[in-house]
Amino acid sequence: MDPIMMEFSQHSPVLIVMAPFLLGMAAAAAGWANRKWAFPMAFLGLLSGLIAAIHMLIKTAKGEILVYHMAGWLPPFGIAYRIDTFSALILTAIMAVALINLVASRASAEKDFTEKAPAWYALYVFFVSGLAGMVATEDIFNLYVLLEIASLSAYALIGMGHNRAPFAALNYLLMGTIGASFYLMGVAYIYIATGSLNMTDIAVILQEMGPNPTITMAFALCMTGLLAKMAAFPVHGWLPNAYTFAPDATTNVMAALTTKVSIYIMIRLVLSLFPLSLAFDTGIIADAMVWLATIGIFAGAFMALAQKSFKRMLTYIVVVEVAYMVGGFWLGNRAGMTGAMLHILNDAAMTLCVFMAVANIRARRGADAFSDLKGLFQTMPFSMGALVISGLAIIGIPPTCGFFSKWYLISGGIEAGHWGFVIALLSASIINAILFFKVFEIAFFEVPAETFGQNSREHESDHHTHHGLPSLAMAEARISMLIPLIIMALTLLALGFMTGGIVNLFIDPAIPGQVL
Amino acid sequence: METLYSITPLLALLVSLAAVPAIVSSRNMNAREAWTFAAAFIKFGLVLSMAPFVLQGGTIHFTIAEVIPGVPIALKVDAFGLLFALVSSSLWIVTSAYSIGYMRGLDEHSQTRYFSFFAISLSATIGVAFSANLLTMYLFYEMLSFATYPLVAHNQDHEGRVSGRKYIAYLLGASVLLAFPAMLYVYVQAGTLDFTAGGVVAGNVNSGTLLVLALMLTFGFAKAGIMPLHSWLPVAMVAPTPVSALLHAVAVVKVGVFCVFRALTGTLGTGPLSDAGIGTIIAIFASITILVSSLMALSQDELKRRLAFSTVGQLSYIVLGVALLTPAALQGAMMHITMHAFGKITLFFCAGAIFVASGKKYISQMKGIGRRMPITMTAFFIGALSVIGLPPAGGFLSKWYLVIGTLESGQIAFLVVLLVSSILNAAYFLPIVYRAFFCPPEEDLYKNESIKESPPWCLYPLSITAIGCLVLFFYPQPFFRLAQLAVSQIMGG
Repeated sequence: MDPIMMEFSQHSPVLIVMAPFLLGMAAAAAGWANRKWAFPMAFLGLLSGLIAAIHMLIKTAKGEILVYHMAGWLPPFGIAYRIDTFSALILTAIMAVALINLVASRASAEKDFTEKAPAWYALYVFFVSGLAGMVATEDIFNLYVLLEIASLSAYALIGMGHNRAPFAALNYLLMGTIGASFYLMGVAYIYIATGSLNMTDIAVILQEMGPNPTITMAFALCMTGLLAKMAAFPVHGWLPNAYTFAPDATTNVMAALTTKVSIYIMIRLVLSLFPLSLAFDTGIIADAMVWLATIGIFAGAFMALAQKSFKRMLTYIVVVEVAYMVGGFWLGNRAGMTGAMLHILNDAAMTLCVFMAVANIRARRGADAFSDLKGLFQTMPFSMGALVISGLAIIGIPPTCGFFSKWYLISGGIEAGHWGFVIALLSASIINAILFFKVFEIAFFEVPAETFGQNSREHESDHHTHHGLPSLAMAEARISMLIPLIIMALTLLALGFMTGGIVNLFIDPAIPGQVL
Repeated sequence: METLYSITPLLALLVSLAAVPAIVSSRNMNAREAWTFAAAFIKFGLVLSMAPFVLQGGTIHFTIAEVIPGVPIALKVDAFGLLFALVSSSLWIVTSAYSIGYMRGLDEHSQTRYFSFFAISLSATIGVAFSANLLTMYLFYEMLSFATYPLVAHNQDHEGRVSGRKYIAYLLGASVLLAFPAMLYVYVQAGTLDFTAGGVVAGNVNSGTLLVLALMLTFGFAKAGIMPLHSWLPVAMVAPTPVSALLHAVAVVKVGVFCVFRALTGTLGTGPLSDAGIGTIIAIFASITILVSSLMALSQDELKRRLAFSTVGQLSYIVLGVALLTPAALQGAMMHITMHAFGKITLFFCAGAIFVASGKKYISQMKGIGRRMPITMTAFFIGALSVIGLPPAGGFLSKWYLVIGTLESGQIAFLVVLLVSSILNAAYFLPIVYRAFFCPPEEDLYKNESIKESPPWCLYPLSITAIGCLVLFFYPQPFFRLAQLAVSQIMGG
């Protein structure tokens, strides 16, 4: 490697945040000069983020843990970024998801936002770099700052939608701010008790300090704040509206990433900041969380059943998936935690895939109420193929990735003897199957009324009208939306086959040895 | 026992999947069907190429991916797997020919979709046959459920929609709610899911848990059609007849009993099951299914539905054979997979041929049809003999072994079940043949119609499988030898 590359590569942990952030500003600036430059800037920002992430993925896979001190200041005074195998994995997922969606969304973003497109690109990249920073940083206050960067961008991104979007964004802003405030108060308590903001440093201090009511309070505040941020039942209320009314290009990335990063933060705080004994020793907190997740799964699934449009139905599936991960993690055993962590990755991929498929349908049909989905298997076979694969992943059918995280989650539940959670997961599979087959049936068996007579070959061959449906002309989404979607669908299969390697290399080393 | 590591089983599995893009992108019908035939012949050739090695007692292994610690996605070809793969892949060739006659004869819509999903279904079937562990088998089992859904729902009308819904609800519901958690429980207890002589749970679970696991695995693979999870099969008859013939008389349903077979013998183990007396409980479920379904078959007027209920009963013969847990019974059960496959596919081909030639679906309309379609009805007669279990058709042999199995296990009640059900089988099949040949045709049934034999693409396949039924009686050696070997591999002898 030549010296300049060498120099750069050392800075990967911070470049993954700074490169997108700076190029995001460039994208906004491009709006004043020439709008055409905005997309390349945003693309370049996320691409450099992805390269940095993959670079760290390779390094951590070799057993290295990357620690970066901002401006050379050592903790506890300076801000440190710390990347282990699991954070590298999640960073790669974030950047890959964001980049793929950026490419897929370009056409609709330029069309929807016209002169505001550069602003959308800039906010989009800010949002992603905020998320990446949350994953990378080891400083709990810096984490709050990055959380706000991501959140503020998210409010604006959602607010750019039509109709009720601004109102949904406001609702999200209120809930999000409350959640963030809880977290910030937790940080304050920790700082009062330990005088430090660095996770590793705090963990050492807490180890020596022993049980402490201030820390217990801090723990409760941080967890409550994060639950609101991740839209865990019953504080999920902001999510369905925000994601339903946001522009598709925004929803895709947000549904795939926001909740997942909050869960990552929860896992990281419990595993590497607070003493494990605080979370799991009494069993009361953990048990309560698993039951909360169990109820959340049923509640989310039933609410999903009641929806009348596709995108909105999916937003409730996001709520259900959050409960999978919360419950799996709080089972407290290795299988459950592995399941939760693996599902962060898998759920990001399959949520992106399914929302992209719906975005394609909405781009073509202009709507996504169930009654607008008729005949789709004929008119959009490729998008529907990808939709079927992502549906199978969400139901949990092998060899898609969703099956394998469910495998770990359920075996964790069996090991822990937590039958309520096991039954909830199995029931969720069935309910998801019902949800998706409802869509598949409409798309397969029904034909849009207006196509009778005109667009069909029906009248040419009246003698076999009893043979199936009239043929519809194919009307697929544009190729720039279709190819990323197909790549994602194939990724869902590939991730399934790679489960063993992912768990061995990136997830298992990140779970502390005392978790059995 | 010799083992060999080879990619051949994976290729045999993938060849029909790989044909799908070619089938979809073909410019005309003949090119499309050429791809189906190419895939079918290559698949059969690959399966056959493994036969000599396996017949010498060897097994062939291939690992696709390491996914879960101790549980890879892996393939293993042993005698039982090869037996099933030989049956399915050989009959796919015949069915492909028949499909051409049937689908073109009726000018069906969406034939490309039909042939594509047919090919995918065969990949899944071979995948089940060659699975080395429960996870791999579950993977292909689910793949088969989804791949056959568009075939069941082929007509895309209201009936297709309702039937498809019932089909997927039963199959997916049972597998997700019963088989999947049972599999996970075994994994948590045993740390492995490999099919092993003697099972993997011995010593890890008590007999109560073993009973629950056995029932969950038996009913979880609902494709085996054990009552009360059988009613998806009659409704699946709404599919085009080649689908009913190959998938719902051979591939799909046999996958069900194959999975039950593997899960009971390879995962739970014949020893623990017979020690705990669990075999008998499953045998009782199977016996009830055999008798009740035969009685229900008697009252069906729609030919395909009668055949479907007959299939439900015949599948439970195989389950009964497994549940008796004795060598002869296991051998009989395996032989019955082959014998029933040839017999029942012939019967379905005939039902489809009658429909193509005359549009008739109901038995009451088929009086005297034997005079107009003599070849078809002769084939029907041979198929019926085989399913009833009468010489000179192959079905006699497998039933013979099942009967010996009941004696071996000393449970005479099940012998009675077999004999009574044979009488019932005769009672619902032979009148059809009798009426077709010996009752004078009621002319108002055939007014102004000149019904003659169905097109050659239908007629030759059904003749071939009918002859197959007879050949299997006189020359059952390859399957006989495979079943014998498989029993020794399963019993750990």
